[in-house]
Amino acid sequence: MNIIVILFPLALGLGLLGLGAFFWCMRSGQFADLEGAAWRVLQDDDAAAPPAEKQAR
Amino acid sequence: MAAQDLSVFVRHRDGGIASMELAVDGIRCAGCMQAIESGLGREPAILGARVNLALKRVSVEWREALLRPEAVVDKLGALGFKAYPFVAERQEDGAVAEERSLMRRLGVAGFASMNIMLLSVAVWAGNSGDIDPTTRDFFHWLSALIALPTAAYAGRPFFESALRALRAGAVNMDVPITIGVVLALVMSVAETWTHGRHAYFDGVVMLLFFLLIGRYLDQLMRRRTRDLAGNLAALKAETGTRLADDGSWTITPIAAIQPGDRVLVRPGERVSVDGIIETGRSELDQSLVTGETAPAAIGQGERVHAGTLNLTGALTIRVEAAGQGTLLDEIDRLMNQAVGSRSRYVHLSDRAARLYAPVVHALAAATFLGWLAWGLAWPEALLIAATVLIITCPCALGLAIPAVQVVAASALFKRKIMLKEGDALERLAEADIAVFDKTGTLTLPEPDILNPEALPAERRAEIGALAAASTHPLAQALARALGATAPRTDVREERGHGLSAGEGGDEQRLGSLAFCDAEAEAASVKAQHPGASLIAYRHGAYRTVLALGQSLRLDARATIDALRAAGLEIAILSGDRAEAVAPIAAALGIAHVQAGLLPADKLNLLDSMAANGRKVLMVGDGLNDAPALAGAHVSLSPVSATHLAQAAADIVFLGDSLAPVSAALGISRKARGLMLQNLWFAVLYNAVAVPIAIAGLATPLVAAVAMSGSSLVVTLNALRARSARSSEAEA
Repeated sequence: MNIIVILFPLALGLGLLGLGAFFWCMRSGQFADLEGAAWRVLQDDDAAAPPAEKQAR
Repeated sequence: MAAQDLSVFVRHRDGGIASMELAVDGIRCAGCMQAIESGLGREPAILGARVNLALKRVSVEWREALLRPEAVVDKLGALGFKAYPFVAERQEDGAVAEERSLMRRLGVAGFASMNIMLLSVAVWAGNSGDIDPTTRDFFHWLSALIALPTAAYAGRPFFESALRALRAGAVNMDVPITIGVVLALVMSVAETWTHGRHAYFDGVVMLLFFLLIGRYLDQLMRRRTRDLAGNLAALKAETGTRLADDGSWTITPIAAIQPGDRVLVRPGERVSVDGIIETGRSELDQSLVTGETAPAAIGQGERVHAGTLNLTGALTIRVEAAGQGTLLDEIDRLMNQAVGSRSRYVHLSDRAARLYAPVVHALAAATFLGWLAWGLAWPEALLIAATVLIITCPCALGLAIPAVQVVAASALFKRKIMLKEGDALERLAEADIAVFDKTGTLTLPEPDILNPEALPAERRAEIGALAAASTHPLAQALARALGATAPRTDVREERGHGLSAGEGGDEQRLGSLAFCDAEAEAASVKAQHPGASLIAYRHGAYRTVLALGQSLRLDARATIDALRAAGLEIAILSGDRAEAVAPIAAALGIAHVQAGLLPADKLNLLDSMAANGRKVLMVGDGLNDAPALAGAHVSLSPVSATHLAQAAADIVFLGDSLAPVSAALGISRKARGLMLQNLWFAVLYNAVAVPIAIAGLATPLVAAVAMSGSSLVVTLNALRARSARSSEAEA
């Protein structure tokens, strides 16, 4: 069962990574407009699109 | 024409970059979003534009040296979108910070409950097999390591709220939650210490997770309504003409006008600020403020209020307040009096909590004492009592109401109805009498020609040009209704009679019936439109009589009928004269009418209705309605309303139609039905789960299944409501 001593911190670490990513998304305002993001995926002219900015928050 | 000055809305950043937030009218879909972003992106001076589709806003960044803010608005106009700048809320705003902190707590609780569940599933599986007690203890300690800091962080909103309630000598839903969480954590640590089989760390953290979701939805709802209120203010796009000391003037958004500024109000313009008249004299149409439609004379040194219409002379006003509005002393006193009665309303969720908390506390205490009497050791008895608290904890209750509110609010938003208070839905659903103001609410704010059939199209221009030459209020109203802007210059005015132009057989006259010798034509018009102001026109042998008055809002009749069909009594309380109110009431078939009321009378009438147990829905728009709007059980106001009325109303609707009133009622009733359904489900759930917990059979596994199951059912119920409602909306 000693493997748990390695596996558990690993699992916890991955989870913390996810939590960190969530906080980062929050800071960069990705949850400010949930409707727009769904449609933005479908735009196919990425090259012409204006650069994403952090203004939205 | 002086340019608009928008510089007050611009935020400046390092490197000469300016940014501005705009509320945009007409963003409907992803196509609009792309059109705006790529359209603005093509402009070299604009660094970036980003559309927020949920809020219908655009934020734009550009190089300050290359572009003026007005040009950004023009660019959007060229793309086909009307944009209105507004002052963006600041990050450090209390509500924004509150929402972010809730979201963070929600993230932490979600993370922790997932990781603890990982350990717990292993323990549950092992408990039914042959788990090594050392491994189990290790897993329990790890769970405690995650759960204790998480509970301390994520549970703070509940702990604080419970403490506040206890200090005030009251009990709210957060008290049993706090007791349950703390007891369960303490007992679980003790259990782990003594190598016990069951620990409830997973249940506690999952409980906090679900409760935080409900709390977050509630907060989201509040922020959303506030954002929409911000858009509303911007969409009104009110401007004033500000005079500088050197005599030059600029058209400035109201938000940029400060107390102490001087503004110019021309004849025919609506006064956009509150202040004292410095120069000029005029007549004011105060119908939006007092409900009275007859004009009032006003001169130097007197006070004018935003929302009044300047009829005859140019005025220079020293601003006392812009935007939010100063108050008549009388209205101010009444507002204070009115707001007190609103605060007596108890939310549905609080009412549930009042029933719920004592029952749960009593049950838990009885369980503890019962098991002690049965001969169980006190730690075990306490653990069982804690599981009773945990399992009865209102996960479903916490989600039931906010979830429905969010769904209903978005359904309302689609119909251009803005909810300003989340609990307005509950209150609106209870309304059993609808009280309408007349001027500006049942009728459109501007007077209109009531008998367009008497006005041949080819004569519109000549009558308009004649009317525009006069400063008489009735002629001004006629000119506005005809859209005439260029007055004839050769017009003679006979005070008290009318206007004339031309000579002999080509003479044109506009004025009183006697002046135009049109009494014969007037008789039938008078019979058709009693209460309207009549104005006659004569050109050679041609004579016609026009009736000027306030026309009904679109769908007013259908809305009143729909409200009646929904079981509401209808009444009109107006500040206008009885003769002006009677035809409107007759047209709508409303019998309960009171006219000539002062603001205090309206409030008193509403109070007496409330004292008789009636739940009053008030619809009004004037400054004189504001106390009544604040004092009513629930209140609606059209977007054309005065600032104060809109601030006092719970719900604001856009457009010229009155139909949103009945639509809002329908949606709110459905929403309330769903909330009650969800609450009953929570009761049912407890009826099953509590006996299991009291019997001491609620293992951590049972608690986890019950909790997540009930929360899921409640959420699904809200989603089911959404699909049902949207299909009904399309029908």
